[in-house]
Amino acid sequence: MDIKDVENLAKLARIELSEEEKRETLSDMKDILDYVKQIENVRVDDIKTEYDITNVWREDEIEIQDFSKELIIGQFPDVQNGFLKVKKIL
Amino acid sequence: MIDLNTLTIVSARAKLDAKEFSAVQLAQGYLDEIKKKNGELNAYLEVYDDVLEQAKVADDMIAKGESYPLLGIPLAIKDVILIKGRRVSAASKMLENYVASYDATVITKLKKQGAIFLGRTNTDEFAMGGSTENSAYGVTKNPHDVSRVAGGSSGGSVVAVAANLALGALGSDTGGSVREPAAFCGIVGFKPTYGRVSRYGLIAMGSSLDCIGPIAKNVEDAKIIFNAVDGQDFLDSTSITDTTYQKVSLKKVIGVPFDLVNGEGVSKEVKESFNQSIKKLETIGFTIKDITLKNLDAALATYYIIMPAEASTNLSRFDGVRYGLHKDGKNLLEDYMLSKASGFGKEVRRRILLGTYVLSHGYYDAYYRKAQNVRSALKKEFIKAFDDVDVIITPTVPFVAWKIGEKNDPVSVYLADIFTVTANIVGIPAISIPSGNILTEGKKLPLGIQFMAPHGREDLLFEIGNKFEAL
Repeated sequence: MDIKDVENLAKLARIELSEEEKRETLSDMKDILDYVKQIENVRVDDIKTEYDITNVWREDEIEIQDFSKELIIGQFPDVQNGFLKVKKIL
Repeated sequence: MIDLNTLTIVSARAKLDAKEFSAVQLAQGYLDEIKKKNGELNAYLEVYDDVLEQAKVADDMIAKGESYPLLGIPLAIKDVILIKGRRVSAASKMLENYVASYDATVITKLKKQGAIFLGRTNTDEFAMGGSTENSAYGVTKNPHDVSRVAGGSSGGSVVAVAANLALGALGSDTGGSVREPAAFCGIVGFKPTYGRVSRYGLIAMGSSLDCIGPIAKNVEDAKIIFNAVDGQDFLDSTSITDTTYQKVSLKKVIGVPFDLVNGEGVSKEVKESFNQSIKKLETIGFTIKDITLKNLDAALATYYIIMPAEASTNLSRFDGVRYGLHKDGKNLLEDYMLSKASGFGKEVRRRILLGTYVLSHGYYDAYYRKAQNVRSALKKEFIKAFDDVDVIITPTVPFVAWKIGEKNDPVSVYLADIFTVTANIVGIPAISIPSGNILTEGKKLPLGIQFMAPHGREDLLFEIGNKFEAL
């Protein structure tokens, strides 16, 4: 891993990093990856990953939830006529 | 004056019902204590201004003859659990001014019982850490030695209970965040089976690992809080029912993975204390069995791949668009980049980047998929081990609480989780119970012992925990 990798990850994760933060992140990431790399040596060839995944169904009935529209709108950074206002995307 | 030091939820319940003191008097007792100590300990990020009004409501309920286990009981809530209309920040600048628009299911349940919420407690930012040093609002100090960490991430909730600033608390536990601070501060921390307590309204970190857990002075109190908040919830599709897992009969055998306990990185004092605990358990009729779990030593590495992967996914929602911190840039992309850069602290960024890395093309198979394989293997090994033993025990932590600022590199902090992450990886319930003190630099620093039970067998932890506590 090098500084270019950190820059690429930061871009993917949408986090702006200063030059110093990049250097620090690189050093920390190297330490952590060195540690978790031990997983390469674990032999679990006979084990298939099992996900406990089941469908959770419920009746298609309207249940009134205790949400506060005012509180939600109050959190918007920018609001117009009760709608969230965002910058143009394209 | 109410003697808060000896008070438990059980005794407070009896005294409230017998009108020895009122809920208002009890709440006032805690508010006075918070005023005295919180400045130094930094357990609470906010003490609510309506505590006495909440207590008045509880007193009215008591006057009408109502009684619930937690009616009028003052609790502390970790700053990652939503209470409608109140600020919840996850100890992050990202959510500094966020106000919850609904109640978490655990809060709804506690409100029904008439419990009192004293305030929201400090945590590592987004519950990421083992010392509360990663909070954006200062470290929480250990009441046994204020130069040391309280542990984390639920450090604030644990210190609130340990220092008599609350009678009980809720924390969250993704890799030990309830149990590790409980061990460092000498109280009980309990992590239920994955899915036993609804996470609806909990700010998510690692969704396949996260649990909400009770923090209390003793096992009985932890059980009371657990019974108040557990249960299937249609708002959390991962929540389980009483019949999800089968019950088995007691064998009176306790398993110990001595390989791991005697491994390097575990302090001599912790090993000695643990061996004493084992002897105590033998005196009450338990047989100790040395068990070997082939992939147990890979649990921590597995955890530090799966957790950041899930955390990076969960935290992508904090982008400055709908709520939370917003920094204005030239365009939408800049808004994202700047908002995340100013909102997230160092450890949170580290985990987001690490998670992004292990999930990215070219590394996914080597890290994430491999970790999921090891996770499946470990789960099988545990289920098999429980064929022969009722519970598995380890120390909760490999060493006593460290000095604030002493551990600078992330990996050395991660190593504190060596015994606790496994229960989250496997999804089983686990409890940390005080197991003595170690005199360190003139201060008595607490240690904990961890009991892990099969899926769905919280009852075993309470039963054996009660017995151990009585020794």
